Amino acid sequence: MTLEILGITVLGIFLFGYIIVASIDFGAGFFNAFSTLTGKEHILTKVIQRYLSPVWEVTNVFLVFFFVGIVGFFPKTAYYYGSTLLVPASIAIILLAIRGAYYAFTTYGGLKHKRYTILYGLTGLFIPASLSIVLVISEGGFVTLEDAGPLLDYWALFTSPLSWSIVALSLTSVLYISAVFLTWYAQKAKDRQAANLLRKYALVWAGPAIITAAGIIIEMKNHNPEHYERLVDLWWLFGLSLIFFAGTVYLLWQRIAYGFAFWLLAGQFTLAFLAYGISHYPYLMYPYLTIYDSFTNEAMATALVIAFIAGLCLLLPSLYLLLRLFLFNKAYVQGNRNDHA
Amino acid sequence: MGNEETVFFSRVLTELTLSFHIIYATIGVGIPLMIMIAQWVGIKKNDEHYILLARRWTRGFVITVAVGVVTGTAIGLQLSLLWPRFMELAGNTIALPLFMETFAFFFEAIFLGIYIYTWDRFENQKKHLLLLIPVALGASFSAVFITIVNAFMNAPQGFDLVNGELVNVSPFVAMFNPAMPTKVAHVVVTAYMTSAFVLASIGAFRLLKGSNHLYHKKALFLTMKLGLIFSIATAIIGDFSGKYLAEYQPEKLAAAEWHFETEKGAPLILYGVLKDGEVKYALKIPYGLSILAHSSPNAEVIGLDRFKEADQPPLYIHYMFDLMVTIGMWMVFISLVYVVGTWREWRFILTKWFRWLMVLGGPLSIIAIEAGWWLDEVGRQPWVLRGIMRTKDAATTSGQVDTMLWLFASLYIILGIGSVFVLWRMFRNNPVEQELADRAADRAGEMK
Repeated sequence: MTLEILGITVLGIFLFGYIIVASIDFGAGFFNAFSTLTGKEHILTKVIQRYLSPVWEVTNVFLVFFFVGIVGFFPKTAYYYGSTLLVPASIAIILLAIRGAYYAFTTYGGLKHKRYTILYGLTGLFIPASLSIVLVISEGGFVTLEDAGPLLDYWALFTSPLSWSIVALSLTSVLYISAVFLTWYAQKAKDRQAANLLRKYALVWAGPAIITAAGIIIEMKNHNPEHYERLVDLWWLFGLSLIFFAGTVYLLWQRIAYGFAFWLLAGQFTLAFLAYGISHYPYLMYPYLTIYDSFTNEAMATALVIAFIAGLCLLLPSLYLLLRLFLFNKAYVQGNRNDHA
Repeated sequence: MGNEETVFFSRVLTELTLSFHIIYATIGVGIPLMIMIAQWVGIKKNDEHYILLARRWTRGFVITVAVGVVTGTAIGLQLSLLWPRFMELAGNTIALPLFMETFAFFFEAIFLGIYIYTWDRFENQKKHLLLLIPVALGASFSAVFITIVNAFMNAPQGFDLVNGELVNVSPFVAMFNPAMPTKVAHVVVTAYMTSAFVLASIGAFRLLKGSNHLYHKKALFLTMKLGLIFSIATAIIGDFSGKYLAEYQPEKLAAAEWHFETEKGAPLILYGVLKDGEVKYALKIPYGLSILAHSSPNAEVIGLDRFKEADQPPLYIHYMFDLMVTIGMWMVFISLVYVVGTWREWRFILTKWFRWLMVLGGPLSIIAIEAGWWLDEVGRQPWVLRGIMRTKDAATTSGQVDTMLWLFASLYIILGIGSVFVLWRMFRNNPVEQELADRAADRAGEMK
């Protein structure tokens, strides 16, 4: 394995980690807001708050890790993406800031108002939409290289069906991933009412999530035929992913093994993400930037890999401790502990 | 928008984000240490007041951490968005500490979450102390790593530029650059100092506003003692920083001190104003600058005359220097009087006016932090990487920076007002008397 592949794999893992934990987080905020509007707040709020509170800060770190890592391993991305993404990334930052701050203000500061809950829920939909623009741009066709530097064509971006398909995919999968996870979590909390409601949301969003995902592959045929070819070559990975998807839906439908259903979902998205990633190879921004011409010097790459391994030795046990104490702690999940002073 | 305007707005937006972020970041670095110390003192003295102090500080700390995290994410991304050329180069040379900073932050985030959600889980207070150690370590180390990146911008090394290509990169040489020791030490210790004085402000304010509880007196004495130690350390390290500048970045020192001509036995200029190139109303300390720069009254100090005009930093940084040093000295003085006064039972330290001086200490320390950073950053102009890359060559080519500036400015106003309002409400609605009574009632309930 070359250092380039190793670097992109490390970043891929963190991006994937962010997609999953952030989806759960964004979706949870949305369902919480939605239940406030529909008068079902009493069913969901407790379960959602209990899950979100100890991990809200950790979610953000995955994102920071990814963008610091990509500039470290592939410094040229700072030039290509940094120059073009000013507006979409700034919007995402502002929404993330509002979201993070209001979460802390309401949970610890006691600001209790519907307004904030709804604001919080809405940002959870806009952030994935603005972040997914990065994926759209990476497919090429929206950035031109001028004398002054790379330039983003906003008109092409906003009128492209590919952009909107990817935005739709990010929204539906956020809601789907989140609902499946929270169904499992609510069941662990022995909160039958919440589990039933969330199961319903999960089933509602399963269809749109898979349809939008399939739609992207078709869009790609017109937009970037080279990428489309590579996607088709990996049909078996997508096929496996689809089987996992069917498994999740079946288990939810039968109201059995919610935990296993979530792991199948994790498998489904891992395979799809992997297949997408492999087919994207070797481009970081089609057709200007590949992982080879943007890679950092060897000394830095080695240092980063060593730092990464050392960091993991510190983080994995800590993360395990966090999960042990909260997610996998029966008494905490069921709300029988009140440790919060 | 022309290139010049883009550079201007990029600088303003970066300055705005950083100036806002460092208020929360400084508190975020220092307060975990104070919380840990309070918890430790509580265990050692077996005094519930200190344990409660640790908890109440943490509760407020969570709010500031949230704003620190989101504005930190903002500056992290803005570096690539506003200065793509710089980050491309930095990625090749200084990515290692940037990367390590996120680990430190991750580590802190995990344990802070655990600490606040296990407040009553363990009987043994020592376990809570154990959870606080990684929080404090993570907080301090993120300051260390990110300051290393900034030190590199002042003293870039660890690579060769051959025809515009980077070769022979050595990440460790880049990290351990000459600016690093003094800069890291100064940043970390001033964060401790500021946090101690901010917490002292709260204690002094509560005592002024009617509560005469022993809890606030203990809090005030503890934080003023810590503040004294850290402000003395700050002054000592500040002196080393001056010597570093004289050696490696003489143009910054010369601009900060209005030292125009290279000379031996240079005087130190304090205060004053600059009018048409003439220094007026200044306080001149003979040989002061030579002593500050080289510990010898007759040493030669390089002046601005040795630099081309295009390479000189703006002269207004002198005011920042004055502000920072004056506040630093004032805080050493105030905390010394208070600590000695408490031992010797001087009456006047209990008076209203003296307590007001201590209330002022927190905000003043934050102003000194801002002034210090402006001095440091503006003193590096016109370079983004001293001697390597000019600021104007690093900025983005995007035409929407001005719009983004207004967007972010509104965000910071909302976050600033929001955090102050929430903190104010939190502590007003739950005074310490109430909390002590609640805890006593809880315990009585358990006994039955």
